Amino acid sequence: MILNLEHCSLLIGQKQLINDLSLSIAPGTVHALMGPNGSGKSSLAHAIMGVPGPIITQGTIRFNGIDSNDLPIHKRAQQGIFLVFQHPYEIPGVTVRTFLKEAYQARTGQHISVSDFSTMLYQAMDRLQMDRSYADRAVNDGFSGGEKKRLELLQAMVLKPELLLIDEIDSGLDVDALKLVAHALGQLRTELPQMAIIIITHYPRILEYIPVDAVHVLSEGTVHSYAGTAIITEIEQKGYALFSQDRS
Amino acid sequence: MTRATHPELGLSADRVIAISREKNEPQWMTDARLRSLELFFQKEMPDWGADLSGLDHQDIHYYIKPIDGQKHDWQDIPSDIKETFNALGIPQAEQRFLAGVGAQYESEMVYKKLKQQWVDQGVLFLDMNDALARHPELFKRYFGSVIPAHDNKFAALNGAVWSGGSFIYVPKGVRIDLPLQAYFRINAERMGQFERTLIIADEDSFVHYVEGCSAPLYRRNSLHSAVVELIALPGSHIRYTTIQNWSNNVYNLVTKRAIAHERATVEWIDGNFGSKVTMKYPCVVLKGERSRATIISIALAGKGQHQDAGGKVIHLAPHTQSHVVAKSISQQGGRSSYRGLLKIAKTADKARSRVQCDALLLDDYSRSDTYPTVDVVNPTADVGHEASVSKLSDAQLNYLMSRGLSQAQARSLMITGFIDAFVKELPMEYAVEINRLIAHEMEGSIG
Repeated sequence: MILNLEHCSLLIGQKQLINDLSLSIAPGTVHALMGPNGSGKSSLAHAIMGVPGPIITQGTIRFNGIDSNDLPIHKRAQQGIFLVFQHPYEIPGVTVRTFLKEAYQARTGQHISVSDFSTMLYQAMDRLQMDRSYADRAVNDGFSGGEKKRLELLQAMVLKPELLLIDEIDSGLDVDALKLVAHALGQLRTELPQMAIIIITHYPRILEYIPVDAVHVLSEGTVHSYAGTAIITEIEQKGYALFSQDRS
Repeated sequence: MTRATHPELGLSADRVIAISREKNEPQWMTDARLRSLELFFQKEMPDWGADLSGLDHQDIHYYIKPIDGQKHDWQDIPSDIKETFNALGIPQAEQRFLAGVGAQYESEMVYKKLKQQWVDQGVLFLDMNDALARHPELFKRYFGSVIPAHDNKFAALNGAVWSGGSFIYVPKGVRIDLPLQAYFRINAERMGQFERTLIIADEDSFVHYVEGCSAPLYRRNSLHSAVVELIALPGSHIRYTTIQNWSNNVYNLVTKRAIAHERATVEWIDGNFGSKVTMKYPCVVLKGERSRATIISIALAGKGQHQDAGGKVIHLAPHTQSHVVAKSISQQGGRSSYRGLLKIAKTADKARSRVQCDALLLDDYSRSDTYPTVDVVNPTADVGHEASVSKLSDAQLNYLMSRGLSQAQARSLMITGFIDAFVKELPMEYAVEINRLIAHEMEGSIG
């Protein structure tokens, strides 16, 4: 297993969001993490990445067998966790090339020359059908929603994570932008077949573009896990009320 | 051989006369110095800007003469001075592509060299005192023509006790494609450095002048009060770059102004990293039609520092254009202020100006202020003014760190990005130096 959540409880501010959640993710598998707004999907992704905010009150997050509860965010990144942010941040004045080269060196622990790095970056851009001029634009500065999401996937293509957390990648995208993003995601999967993926989504739309091995639904602090995708059709028909404990 | 003469403290007419005698100056200059001294005594200390109460004029050396004369070969420079230059990265720069170097060590230029090519074309690059002796007409015609002694208290002080600095004359049509460079260094305790720089770019010429400033840290305060005058004749282009890294007990009170004639371009690229207090507002007077001004500045204010900097542009003629970009970073309780003046006169039809000032605060106890004055009396003017204050956000830091960068790396990357507009304008080796300097200044600030 690449990721194990063992009896994790999550606190956001004063609110207990998740109780006693256990989940195992094998390399190369794709998981959908679904649930209504406010159910804690994003917080869980942040907790796995180590983004400050959610507090793990109980349980252990193991990445590659190692307890990572106390590891800072950049150490987790260096070990191969990558979070595709729902709202990627703009970094004015810092080019994609400069930023990604530093990140690549941090991830691999090795120095790389600008020209070698550029060759690699351009290959990745070609693969994702991104214009090479993006290399010299400031990170996310003035990017459209779709461009930001594709830049996230470009970063993943370069950094080659073992676990990819995708937080609401489809939010705010029109159909054309979504197709481009889905294409990029497909390319990334082909490139990194051993990479495990957790796709967090509110709407099942994105799941039409990527085959999913299992679906996990977070509702009222509890996770419901299903093999296959049959549950998605049911959610589309009946909504998340399906999981409400006081529905009867 | 002694390193210094005239080590006396304080300021008086006798002292000023002695400086003038020492330099074998003509009577008009001695008189000009004495008039300036009177103006200095008459004028009140400026109270509208930074706090200058720590400055005691009677506790400052007004003139120290360094070792004998000027040197033309690197080999002849004494080793301790060389070490200083080494620390500043000068020899490498010199070896690589220096067109000319003038270095102000204490109060006089000790080293300067100009490529034969420029000498043959009639370019003058020499010490101001030298220029007064060797080119008296040119000198007298322009000295004080842009910044008269009565301009402000510290311009008057410089007028009285100035020593050294660079004099540059670029003849018509000559374009010097490599930067001319000078270094200024305060090298004695309680030292005042009062260099005076005068650059005349004749018609359709081009020159880029780069000055670096530094000082070791002494227990007591020192004073740097320079005057820089630029004359850009029709069609010429002057670019003036300053990297100021005085130690943090130097009062840096400098007056810089340029006059741009028809179609001339003047650019001030101004980096303020050191000093205790800096008050400096490079100015361009756009006197000729279609003349242009660019002022790009960066200030870094750390613990105990106040960078009161900015820029001034005065549009006097039609179709003149100006662009001001000011960036400041405050950290560890430091304070930076942007003080700007934009004036568009009645005579300046269709003038266009863009002013942008951005401040970055690295913590909650540092400070940034903006004092822009915009005075537009011509209705055809096209003026834009943008100002922003931002904090280095945790969200941005986390984003960068989520890709594997440490907090220090993430901070330094964001700061590099913030000042990118400034660094882009620098010659390569200065850009490298600035990034190194920023990284160094940031080291102490990472919690």
